[in-house]
Amino acid sequence: MPDPRYAVAAVLVTTAVTWGLRALPFAALTPLRASRTVRYLSARMPAGVMVILLAYCLRDLSLTEKRSLAPLVALAVTVGLHLWRRNALLSILGGTAVHVILASTVFAH
Amino acid sequence: METSPAVTGGRTRPVPVPASAGRSEAPAAFRESAGAVLGFVPLGLAFGALVTQSGLDWWWAGLSAALAFGGSFEFLLIGLVTAAAPLAAIALSSFMVNVRHVFYALSFPVHRISGRLGKTYATFALCDEAYVLATREQARSWPGRRILWMQFLLHLSWAGSAIAGALLGSLIPGNVTGLDFALTALFAVLALDAVRELRGDLPTPVLALLSALGARVLFPGEMLLAAFGLFAAALLARQLTTGKRPSHA
Repeated sequence: MPDPRYAVAAVLVTTAVTWGLRALPFAALTPLRASRTVRYLSARMPAGVMVILLAYCLRDLSLTEKRSLAPLVALAVTVGLHLWRRNALLSILGGTAVHVILASTVFAH
Repeated sequence: METSPAVTGGRTRPVPVPASAGRSEAPAAFRESAGAVLGFVPLGLAFGALVTQSGLDWWWAGLSAALAFGGSFEFLLIGLVTAAAPLAAIALSSFMVNVRHVFYALSFPVHRISGRLGKTYATFALCDEAYVLATREQARSWPGRRILWMQFLLHLSWAGSAIAGALLGSLIPGNVTGLDFALTALFAVLALDAVRELRGDLPTPVLALLSALGARVLFPGEMLLAAFGLFAAALLARQLTTGKRPSHA
């Protein structure tokens, strides 16, 4: 456990930033709504941010290591399940279960 | 604009306790948010289990879930805290990951929620799923109290399952690993849904992927920040070159 004061401060900093981002734009709403740039960005940011976060989660994948097969197979299962059933819960649970099984057994290190 | 003494009296808890008139909205809110709640519980359990597996105390999972209440960044925060990242880096990272919330103010129906306390809580608990639920077609007729109840149910299920996961996490044998993939799977699902909503706008996910790969190669230490910066710059450049000039500089 890191210093509890630091761990709490990290949460408080995150809380302040997150709440600020959620609450302050409501005060600055009128000029934002008129901005074509904001509307252009707001239509495209969510998809791009999710793609970037997904890539970030997989940043330590090494294509030369056998161990990397566990997340790649689990990702394929997640995507496949989601394209097939479009049920977010099923896709997340299925992909995670496959990853836990593979990472804990076949590809355990 | 205060609603009732019962609400104003509860200043210390930012949780709206509706007076008798609003009680009927709770079951409707529960029905409408059941799907999202079902999604929160396994993720919250995984988050809590990961907190204790990473060597942090169980109460930290509850604190983070109740206060920060931003699931995706909370997973990333575990890694930042165990690596003792500077608070400034945490602030910057949470800004980049959560800056998308800025755009929620454009359409989240906060005007339907009455009372300063209610509005305050609505912005505090404005997570991605709450935004999606409150801005859907079928939510057009929702009264403010139902929106608040929906947000409270999401908040409660996230914090409750995070604490449960942290307390039960110590029961998971040490050789069982890989729960952290829940976050990867969540982002994969959210990315698929968001890309589908773009309706054929393929350049946007391609630009995002190129930004991520470029940041991974050029700035491996600050991949997330660099990727968001590259992506925002690429989108702005694309908007300028496609001729849609912004009305604000």
